[in-house]
Amino acid sequence: MTETEGMNAKQKLGYYTQKFYDDAMAAHDKGEFVCWSSSIAPSEFFRAMGIHIVYPENHAAAVGAKHGALEILELAERKGYTMDNCSYSRINLAYMDLLVEEKVTGKTPEALAKLDELKIPRIPLPDIIIICNNICEVLLKWYENLAVTLKVPYIIIDVPYVHQWPIPQHSIDYVEAQFKRAIKQIEDLCGRPFDYENFIKVQEQTQRSIAAWDKAMGMASIVPSPLNGFDIFNFMALIVCARSDYASEDTFTTLANELQEKADAGIDAFKGGEKTRIAWEGIAVWPYLSHTYKALKALGSNMVGSTYPSAWSIHYEPGDLKAMAAGYIGCYYNTSLERRVDVLSGVMENTKCTGILYHNNRSCKNMAIMNVEMAEMVRDRTKTPFASFDGDQTDPRNFSEAQFDTRVEALSEVMEQNMANAENQNA
Amino acid sequence: MSKIDTILSQLDAISKNPRKAMEDFKAKTGKGAIGILPVYAPEEIAYATGYLPMGIWGATKKQILKATTNLPAFACSIMQSIMELELNGTYDDLAAVIISSPCDTLKCFGQKWKSKSPIIQFAHSQNRDMEASNIYMVEEYKCIKTKLEEILGITITDDAINAAIDVYNENRAVMRLFSDVAAMYPQIITPVKRHAVIKARQFMDKAEHTKVVRELICELMQQPVVPFKGKKVVLTGIQAEPDELLNIFEEFGIAVVADDLAQESRQFRTDVPSGNDPLYRLARQWQNITACPLAIDRDKPRGKFIVDLVKEHGADAVIVCMMKFCDPEEYDYPILLEDFEKANVKNLKIEIDQQSESLEQIRTRVQSFVEMM
Repeated sequence: MTETEGMNAKQKLGYYTQKFYDDAMAAHDKGEFVCWSSSIAPSEFFRAMGIHIVYPENHAAAVGAKHGALEILELAERKGYTMDNCSYSRINLAYMDLLVEEKVTGKTPEALAKLDELKIPRIPLPDIIIICNNICEVLLKWYENLAVTLKVPYIIIDVPYVHQWPIPQHSIDYVEAQFKRAIKQIEDLCGRPFDYENFIKVQEQTQRSIAAWDKAMGMASIVPSPLNGFDIFNFMALIVCARSDYASEDTFTTLANELQEKADAGIDAFKGGEKTRIAWEGIAVWPYLSHTYKALKALGSNMVGSTYPSAWSIHYEPGDLKAMAAGYIGCYYNTSLERRVDVLSGVMENTKCTGILYHNNRSCKNMAIMNVEMAEMVRDRTKTPFASFDGDQTDPRNFSEAQFDTRVEALSEVMEQNMANAENQNA
Repeated sequence: MSKIDTILSQLDAISKNPRKAMEDFKAKTGKGAIGILPVYAPEEIAYATGYLPMGIWGATKKQILKATTNLPAFACSIMQSIMELELNGTYDDLAAVIISSPCDTLKCFGQKWKSKSPIIQFAHSQNRDMEASNIYMVEEYKCIKTKLEEILGITITDDAINAAIDVYNENRAVMRLFSDVAAMYPQIITPVKRHAVIKARQFMDKAEHTKVVRELICELMQQPVVPFKGKKVVLTGIQAEPDELLNIFEEFGIAVVADDLAQESRQFRTDVPSGNDPLYRLARQWQNITACPLAIDRDKPRGKFIVDLVKEHGADAVIVCMMKFCDPEEYDYPILLEDFEKANVKNLKIEIDQQSESLEQIRTRVQSFVEMM
């Protein structure tokens, strides 16, 4: 009997997410190594050596979703960061300062205590940090500041921007060389040889987790969808934090089975109310997750399409370092405009979306600056309308409920009109 | 007009009219120009084609109209003005344009180029202490070379690139000397004149620029060194524009004795090392760049580098010229502040916006800062 036997997918998500944070803290307390990692960095090397990983982006999203961001963002701004910097990074850099202060003084700073009161899980200070710049270049600077402040080893997996698809061989060779150096850096930290045997097992687990994730997310293509699209944002926590662990395979397998059962029974997420299906391009607005969800739900609009889930779908043959390198380099957010248009158009077609919503995310230049071109190109390719709204992944000051509502209503009207026109033509 | 004034006004005119510089070059050589966007493009490869490499760093006081629908407000003002100029067709006459991708804005910008001129994008490596990084960079530079050859219908030889490297290294050495000599003559080389001499190199054949600046240095060295009663500063950031900003410095008796600006000294403080393979030499130069926010360095030596500049040049303070919405610069700032505090270096942060209509707020802040010093 396993620890999660009998749990449904949502219960497993809650159980494993909590366990993940608890295990990292317990490991730290026992003097074991803890690594801070960017969200799509190769976890395989660390898990192969039993090193616990925590994800500042995931943690910052939790701070945002539980409405704890504002005060901590202001702490970062007092230190010299600006409102224009990524809000995930500002939360994490200020959080790091609070943890250091607590460690040095032995007293819990007031701002940290407030986050505790909001039941935002604690993360321990790291012994080592790693980034892979396949989602943005900001990570390089953010973690550079962590490294210099905390004086911990800083592993960079530098995946050069794929300005012209496909990925060039020289990028793959360069990243493979970095993987080999990362192994050496981890050996130095641990003081023991790298466990290549376990590495293969971890790679195999990672591929099984990703396959289960792909299967569960693939359920969104069923019309009407048994998957409530906003659950993509919720379940994403595990594919970020436990991609190389059984926890994610277990949870996503259960989720896929549940969704298949619902679909077989003719039950959809909106209980018959799915009027339109849209894609959401960009990160969620965590402090307003509930508002954005309800606004769309009220319109009968299920957000079933997103390029986000596939960002973690990094496929490779275990044992093949070059293929693994290509997987991490080719992450959607590290690719050219044309490639992104291909991927997003594919998502639109697979999930049968008839409209798309672009999040002009103040915190993320990489996910916002090409939105204008992407919107036009994807519209021309898929013949579907789009709308965009201004927002921010975790800074509540950069989002307007009224603007969001107006934009999604307008999009919904156009989509419904298009559907009516199509029906008239078919009649 | 003295020889010094003549040279300074010649360089100032070039710095303010790049189109004329390009047309003059075309009339003289029959060849056009290749645009070089910020930062650290291997300009020597472009120079080796016989075309004129032209820096593209935006334009001051350009009214942003069309760009607003193509770029979000949180892209830096350099990119806002470049986008506006692209949409106006200003760059259509360029034979090609080279752009790097060290920040998210540039990465995206290279993908959404609106001018008729062909764009060549490349990406730097950031694990620069590895030999694998050099090997990677050589391949990226090969791609640039091949694309230029295809566009221009020429062959770029290794000899031509090596010769270009010699020209550029000589220019770099002369510019470093100019910066030091200018610091000795703040009454003559005011902040705005210093900037014009440096900016003109973006629009001139580097061999010609070297000749003119060398002449300027010789003329300056014949002048008596007079004690300076004002305040000496080091500038750091992406750029210190518009000229009105530099005029405010002059108005309050501030001399620029050294800089760590992307548009200025960072362009010429690192030579290309010696060797046979020119692309490998260029790769090694990228490896050797230090204290720059766009070239990742786990130790963040920039603060110490600037503090050393302050000490070396007897400066009274540092002025941080913060390009609004520039992530690499903005993330360095909190650490720089700590470094300045530790070293007891006075500093002032001012916000740079190329399109800024009014600088009154900056004037007030600069005035208070000078009084405090």
